Amino acid sequence: MDLAPERLREMLRLMATIRRFELRAQELFREGLAVGEFLGALHSYEGEEAIAVGVCAHLRDDDYVFSSHRGHGHAIAKGADVRAMMAELLGKSTGISRGRGGSMHMFAPEIGLMGGNGIVGGGTPLALGPAFAAQYRGTDQVTVCFFGEGAASQGVFHESLNLASLWRLPVIYVCENNLWAATTPICDAWPVPDLAPRAESFGMPGMTVDGNDLLAVHEAAGEAVGRARAGDGPTLIEAKTYRHRPHCMVIPEHRPEDERAQWEALDPIPRFEAWLLEQGAISDVELADLHTEVEAELDAAADFARQSPLPDPAHFAQYMWA
Amino acid sequence: MRNVTMVRALNEAIAEEMARDESVFVIGEDVADCGGVFGVTAGMAKRFGRERVRQTPISEAAFTGLAVGAAMAGLRPICEIMYVDFATTCMDQILNQAAKLRYMSGGQVTVPLVMRTQQGGGTCEAAQHSQCLEAIFAHVPGLKVAIPATPYDAKGLLKSAIRDDNPVIFLEHKLLYEEKGDIPREEFLVPLGEAEVKREGGDVTVVAWSLMVGKALDAAQALEDEVSVEVIDPRTLVPLDFEAIATSVRKTGRLVIAQEACLAGGFAGEILRRVCDECFDALSAPPRVVGSASVPMPFSPALEAAVLAGEEEIIAAISAVAA
Repeated sequence: MDLAPERLREMLRLMATIRRFELRAQELFREGLAVGEFLGALHSYEGEEAIAVGVCAHLRDDDYVFSSHRGHGHAIAKGADVRAMMAELLGKSTGISRGRGGSMHMFAPEIGLMGGNGIVGGGTPLALGPAFAAQYRGTDQVTVCFFGEGAASQGVFHESLNLASLWRLPVIYVCENNLWAATTPICDAWPVPDLAPRAESFGMPGMTVDGNDLLAVHEAAGEAVGRARAGDGPTLIEAKTYRHRPHCMVIPEHRPEDERAQWEALDPIPRFEAWLLEQGAISDVELADLHTEVEAELDAAADFARQSPLPDPAHFAQYMWA
Repeated sequence: MRNVTMVRALNEAIAEEMARDESVFVIGEDVADCGGVFGVTAGMAKRFGRERVRQTPISEAAFTGLAVGAAMAGLRPICEIMYVDFATTCMDQILNQAAKLRYMSGGQVTVPLVMRTQQGGGTCEAAQHSQCLEAIFAHVPGLKVAIPATPYDAKGLLKSAIRDDNPVIFLEHKLLYEEKGDIPREEFLVPLGEAEVKREGGDVTVVAWSLMVGKALDAAQALEDEVSVEVIDPRTLVPLDFEAIATSVRKTGRLVIAQEACLAGGFAGEILRRVCDECFDALSAPPRVVGSASVPMPFSPALEAAVLAGEEEIIAAISAVAA
């Protein structure tokens, strides 16, 4: 691992920011619920932070990311402003999508964040577009499409892989295999245990990584991004992981307790922290400071969101037409 | 003026816009080798190269999604769906994605996409190759819907659609492709959202689009000695030039709306809603809607002819409202 300590600490900070963002978001959701305000769906990324951070570490602002319904982590890892994201969760006019999108539709095209998607698998064909555009214009931009293993059962996912490989498009498909699609376990969805080998049938490389190991994700993504930038076509990465929470805030927990306990022991953040401490890349004091700073940043974001104005109801039709 | 087919007019529109703007490209099934099965993109691959005329596998969902994503990244795709019936396999990309991305992003994303397709019955191709689905697209906020009846309108509207920064569903009619009409030698545009009075008259207003414009004009001609019929073609359903319709209805007080689509849930019902809201008092007779029977299109020529609405039904409706 040839990453400088400050890069490593920056990746930890991003993972901690995602974790803290999700915790604050849940608090805001419950506060809202207590006073009869329903803030829509909220799909927590807790537990999967290493994937977004490990992949996006290789991306520039002019590279594109297509996210899923579970997209807060992707947005933060791509560099989105957590204040605007928090305001979006509360439907405020200062929100990252001006209050028109909410949790599942956070956009910041100036940094290549092309939005989450409320349709499982919906982003998989869209991601072909900017990849095609890069090839068409002769740039070395790459596009990353994050999706859950549930999306891999959609027909359009297979069509998209086929076209990506056929035209050697600079796109990286990153499957966050958290083993459960809403309340359906993967054994009820797939007749085979792994996704990555399926890439071979489309003539493209497939890689399986431990999605809770930041460095493993970082290495695999580096290889895939390098291949795409060099014009050598797409890659499918399957990152095995587990979400800490149920599918969303309004669906009760369905997963066995022992399975959850087993995966929580593999939490990517403490794992990476332990490694950093062992390597001497961070000290106990620096680690404590980092968490304090992140907490303060998210407190400030929550305050900003609460204090921001709601959109003017008369402007509901604004932003429909270009 | 030159007298050209609608296929030729559409081909010219695409070629002119591709020459004008390098970000314009064509994507779809069979579009390079044979210029699409109806020949609209004939010669394009030779002139502009296969990089700009992308022939795809039969994967409407993937290549339409690609087109939407490419539009998000600043290209201007012209995505061809061979038959509108096949667009049902990529409705997520059209209805959930293309139509909503700009709005959901708070105006940050732009989707300058044209989805060209053709629709309509009359060729004995049965229920999965003969539908008219304009009402589905017009129902979804965020999509523009263009539906030309003449080579002139087809060329001018398509050029405007390609230059428009919003997703435009461009609905051609398979029976109009070889119909000829005059177009100017010099460049011209037809704006989206501007109806045209195709025939002036004082007694009855007939609103019709696509293939039904010709049938309405034939009906008006047949009734010339009895009723003075005004025929209005909205040319785009979204945006709808309702003012042109209202102005005519206020003049005639009598209205027939003619669509080829089956009657239930059709766009004619939407025009009637607007008439009820905005110029009901101007009506001196109950308006009539002409459309095809609400059944899947049958194969047998005898049955298809019985299902499809045409000149005869328009004549009957005009006579009924004029009585």
